[in-house]
Order: sequence, then C-alpha cells, then structure tokens
Amino acid sequence: MRYVDEFRDAKLVQGVLEEIRNTVTKPWTIMEICGGQTHAFLQYGLDEMLPPEIELVHGPGCPVCVTSLKLIDKAIAIASRPDVIFTSFGDMLRVPGSEKDLFAVRAAGGQVKIVYSPLDAVKLAKQNPDKQVVFFAIGFETTALPNVMSVIQAETMKLKNFSVLVSQVRVPPAMEAILSSPANRVQGFLAAGHVNAVMGYWEYLPIAEEHQTPIVVTGFEPLDLSRGLLMLVKQLEAGTYKVENGYPRTVTEEGNKSAQRAIERVFESCDQQWRGIGMIPMSGWKLRPEYASFDAEQRFDVGDINTQESEICIAGEILQGVKKPVECPAFGTLCTPQNPLGATMVSGEGACAAYYRYGRGRTRQEK
Amino acid sequence: MCLGIPGKVIDVYTDNEMRMGKVDFGGVAREVCLEAVDEVKTDDYVIVHAGFALSILSEEDAMETLSILNEMALLADEMDEISASVEEGS
Repeated sequence: MRYVDEFRDAKLVQGVLEEIRNTVTKPWTIMEICGGQTHAFLQYGLDEMLPPEIELVHGPGCPVCVTSLKLIDKAIAIASRPDVIFTSFGDMLRVPGSEKDLFAVRAAGGQVKIVYSPLDAVKLAKQNPDKQVVFFAIGFETTALPNVMSVIQAETMKLKNFSVLVSQVRVPPAMEAILSSPANRVQGFLAAGHVNAVMGYWEYLPIAEEHQTPIVVTGFEPLDLSRGLLMLVKQLEAGTYKVENGYPRTVTEEGNKSAQRAIERVFESCDQQWRGIGMIPMSGWKLRPEYASFDAEQRFDVGDINTQESEICIAGEILQGVKKPVECPAFGTLCTPQNPLGATMVSGEGACAAYYRYGRGRTRQEK
Repeated sequence: MCLGIPGKVIDVYTDNEMRMGKVDFGGVAREVCLEAVDEVKTDDYVIVHAGFALSILSEEDAMETLSILNEMALLADEMDEISASVEEGS
C-alpha cells in the first residue's frame, strides 16, 4: 500500500462512474470546495465522464484567490523595503496587486523568496539576523498548522526578526455564505479532505442540517473524487442531507486535536475580507494579542493603501459557484496565466487556471 | 495549496524542540515536521502539506475503501456481460 497508485486505478474509477450513471435520475448542481479538487477533476478528465445531469461548480477553496487585494498590496509594500526578506509560497508571487505583483518587486531588486515550508522562513530569519524576515501566512485550515508552527518555532528560538503577514480563511463560514446567498445554486458539497484532516467534520453537521444540504468529505485522487460524488448523488437522489466521510483513511470526525490546539494557541477568530466575495463574518483567524509582536502588519507601517481591482474580472462570481470561467469575456484572451487579471487565473488551485490549462475553453453543449 | 501528499516516515528526531522526521515520497526524501502527529512511528504513512504531517494514514480504512470499490467494479463488469449476452440473444 502506497496510497497513490491504488487510488488511481482506472478500472475501479470506471466502476464508480458506472454506478453514478445508474444512480442519477435528476439534474444536480454540486460544488467541490477545494480548488485542488477542481484541478484534479479536470486533469483526469472526470468532469467529462460524468452523466449530463451532474453539473460541477467550483468553490472558493483557493487561498491565493481569496486573499484580499489590500493585503496583497501590503505584502508588496513590505517586500519592497530594503531591510526585508519577504517569503511566501510560490503561487502568491504572480497574484496581481493593484499596480504590480511580488515578482515585479523581485525584478526591481527586492528580496522575495519562495519557501516550501514556513519553517524554511524561520531558518532564513536565524541565518540573517540583520534582516527582517516576513512570511506571507495565507491559507485555509490545512495551512494554519504550518503557519502557527512557524510562529511557535520563532518564539522558541527567541527570534526578534521574524514576523507573519496573516490571511487565514475558514471553510464552514464560506459554506454558510454560499448557501445563504440568493444566487445560490449549490445542492451538495464535496468537502476538502485535507481541511477535514486537520479540523474534522463535526462543524459541518449543523450546516448540513440547517440548509438541508448533503456534504461528503472527499479526497483528491480520481477514485476518491468519483467515490465522493457517488456518495453525494446517492444522498441527493434519496433526499437525505447527512455529512458523510468519503476519505476515512485520512479523516476522522474530530480531526487532528493536536493541530487544533496549536492553532487555538496562536490564532483567534475574526471577520475576514475575501477577494472578490467581500467580508464574511468570523470567517478568518488572526494572531492572538499575545503574539502581536509577530504581526507584520503592526511591525511595518506601510501607510494608507488604495486598492484598484480589475473592472473586467468576474473571479468573485466564479469563487461562489455563480458563474463558470468560460462565461468571462476576458477568459483566454485578455486574461491568461501569463497575464492574469485575477487570482483565479494564477493559482494551481484557481478555477480559471484549471479551465485554461486543461482546455475547457468551451462549454459541454458547444462541443 | 491544500494538496497533501502521502509519504512514508523513515526517520523521527527532535530539532529545536520540534518533532521532525524524514519522509520518503516515492524515492525523494524530505524533512517534515511531525509535531502534530504525536503517535507517529517509522514506516507509518502520513499526509504532508507544506512540510507538515497532518494525519497518519489508516491502512485498514484504505483497504476497506478499495474492497468496496473493487466489488462495485466487478458488479459493473458482470452487468456489462449480462447486457452484452442479452443483446446477442435478441
């Protein structure tokens, strides 16, 4: 068992898809929360093998896409300081700010470095005592653990030159916001399995109940995705709305308690701005006051920032499952991964980037 | 970014008061923080995200999932054969 090849077995996937075809009788609109799952669906062509009754809409689970423009502009301002080494996950560098992106800062001589783990940023701080090292701590619950551990590590090492620029978002309040919107079309969710690996899925039980919407915790391999869909379609057809675990080898209902304790120690809940969507109450985490000395926003005064969003980009509607990338007039013409107008065209988890990369330039009906 | 990759723990040690380890991803070994998977031991498989192990994979649950889906695939095969023989007969 290596937990990869076994879950990419084409014959098993075909069996599950066949079962989906045998089960479905009515049209259903299903949202996969996670942009990683959007990419996997398209990469393996699963979206094109589904019966026509099933429409997949793509969720907001792309941390790079939902990080607020104001914070990206702040990141650019901080990264431009000569005393700063600015560290980030790679996806963030090409996300357009109001005027430029972090790559442009680097091209102009700024020290912007890509790290694989936030602990690498802490190492850089240790190695460069005469510089301020800032880590761009963005992400959903999955990345909260790495982000808080970097702060805990810096605290243990008594580093005074390490800080984090935080934009943490959480899935359950976003699900609530999507289901409560008058424009909502989503009838069932595939939940992002690695978020649940950390947080469990107990928080989802009241959401499913209140909105009478089934939720299936789903993994990322083709077999996991098709199995999650089958479990969801069975519920939709039967009219049930339970939270089911389609990824039991990785996820338990209570989640990783040790990780949750670490997150709780460093972060507290806050209202959060989502790019393209707006403010969602109590949908984010920020540093607790005890950790304010690690807060890059407090350490660096970057003055007032006036943000300027692209007037054409419809990323907000795409992130809420209201529109598809191909409904955007700029898709593939004015907006491409080389020259993105919005973050959804940049990220390895952005829906527009997935459509572009895997050639979903036309709708199914047009083919 | 929420992508997690399964890998096999090949070494466990402590560094700067943090529980760390080496994890093998199909031939490539990387350093991973094991602080959040308290009971992990060598030869366990973990899901790793941004240099951190998020959970220990359960072989028992993986086998059960595969066995259910195997049965489904076999059944789909049998249904195909039945419908093929019905078509031949008609």
